[in-house]
Amino acid sequence: MSVLVYTENWDGRFKKSTYELVSYAKAIATELKLPLVALSIGNVSEAEFSKLELYGADKLVLVNTEKLHTFVAQAYTHTVYQVAKAENASVLLFNNNYTGRSLAPRLSVKLNAGTATGVVKLPASYAPFIVRKSIYTGKAFADVELLSAVKILTLNQNSFEIRENATGAKVEVREVEVLDKHLAAMPTKVEKASGKMNLTDAEIVISGGRGLKGPENWGMVEELADLLGAGTACSRPVADSEWRPHHEHVGQTGKVVRPNLYIAIGISGAIQHLAGVNSSKVLVAINNDPEAPFFEAADYGIVGDAFAVVPKIIDAVKAMKASH
Amino acid sequence: MKVLLCISHVPDTTSRIRFVNNQTQFDTTDVQYIISPYDELSLTRLLEIKEANNDLDITIITVGNADVEATMRKALAIGADDAIRVDAEPVDALFVAKQIAEVARTRNFDFIMTGKESIDHTGNQVGEMVAEFLDMPSVSSAAWLEIEANKGIITREMDGGKEVVEVKFPFVVSGQKGIAKEPRIPNMRGIMNSRKKSLEVVPAVAQDTVSVISHYELPAPKGKCKMIPADNAAELVRLLHEEAKVI
Repeated sequence: MSVLVYTENWDGRFKKSTYELVSYAKAIATELKLPLVALSIGNVSEAEFSKLELYGADKLVLVNTEKLHTFVAQAYTHTVYQVAKAENASVLLFNNNYTGRSLAPRLSVKLNAGTATGVVKLPASYAPFIVRKSIYTGKAFADVELLSAVKILTLNQNSFEIRENATGAKVEVREVEVLDKHLAAMPTKVEKASGKMNLTDAEIVISGGRGLKGPENWGMVEELADLLGAGTACSRPVADSEWRPHHEHVGQTGKVVRPNLYIAIGISGAIQHLAGVNSSKVLVAINNDPEAPFFEAADYGIVGDAFAVVPKIIDAVKAMKASH
Repeated sequence: MKVLLCISHVPDTTSRIRFVNNQTQFDTTDVQYIISPYDELSLTRLLEIKEANNDLDITIITVGNADVEATMRKALAIGADDAIRVDAEPVDALFVAKQIAEVARTRNFDFIMTGKESIDHTGNQVGEMVAEFLDMPSVSSAAWLEIEANKGIITREMDGGKEVVEVKFPFVVSGQKGIAKEPRIPNMRGIMNSRKKSLEVVPAVAQDTVSVISHYELPAPKGKCKMIPADNAAELVRLLHEEAKVI
């Protein structure tokens, strides 16, 4: 038996969330006294993949077939399935992102496995197997007991710290069966996001709401974000008014973010918006309305005019950076 | 053409989330139920397609007890053509997906649609599971959908990047924000018509239970918000650096 972790790559590279996931998978494998097998599919170099031994992978299985260089849910599912069978995997782990949320449910059917998506910590127990997941867009947690022989988990970003645990494992390139019928949903066009920070990966997010009065006033939001290496986000009314693109909308019907720091400028803090941000480690609210509900959720607050307050914050960050 | 749209019956987005019976059950007191927002947007897009090409029968399906029928009637009032309720308590995602797949298997839909996720358990699992049960291709997180004679043309949006997928019938697609601008509100005529539309109740098929929720918990209450005077905004930067250590 083994624990299998699927390690997604982005243009041949891994992300911080990959290392979090491998560290998390290692902790489970250690508890179950099973080897940890990392699987990567796509155009990944052996050198890049080798890095995962540092976080505890005991075996590194690379499937680099050209037909699988672009993600197609059915074909990737069949690949993970073949490796899971060959390695006799009893726990399968994925990041809780677009890819993981496509693969985990499909494998759940193929392996008759119970699946918990969006898990936030290590299992509370292994027999019975009980793990905590986020529900109601972060408004609550549920402890889910997985009753099946094979278990599948998808891990929320920023929920587990990276742990080094070198094993010295070497990459093993493996061939798998790829069926043409599984490639039916192959994209005909792929447009990568332009150089901008990916919001769900950002450690710091600066977000603006209707209080900023118009799209022409986002200069200071972007300046502060650039200074802090942060991503920019917005509330729903701002996206709906097309002041900002829809992919910046954070909240119950937009994106859910879990950064270390979320600064909300001119956002009142409707319950739907808070649902998308309340897993952030530190929340800051800046609003001219002292009654804004965001102040009940925030760790730090400033009641004041954003157009006066934010430039002061920018100056203070510049001063802090200059003194370091 | 025929489409099967999966509708979830979920607490309204403004609901206070609370639990009862020693934190083992969702507290339904004063909770309003709605069509899950992504399902509602998906329905809206399907109606736009129906109106443009005049050839799309929209059947909705929900797995649940009789309580969900009010939500299903609302979808019929908005414009879906008919409805199927699988009469069972939705145990877990695999159970729900199995029920939908069994209904779809015998009724020849050209494609199946779901919302990206239901906003209660936010599992995001049922669509892909249905696709796997039926051995169909799937495209998740569709921000746009066009239907042509024998295929769908779907734009996926992920983290600011985009993909265009052309996929022949049959397939499963899940809709996210962007698939339609605003959800439709039923009008009086729609509400009247919905009473005459078919809502068929079918029994559930067997499926092993693979997961159960043993306990719910609310996030730990937040400490009090530390207020900083507006004229001393620099203090915020100091606190974030020295106390919270996040910058």
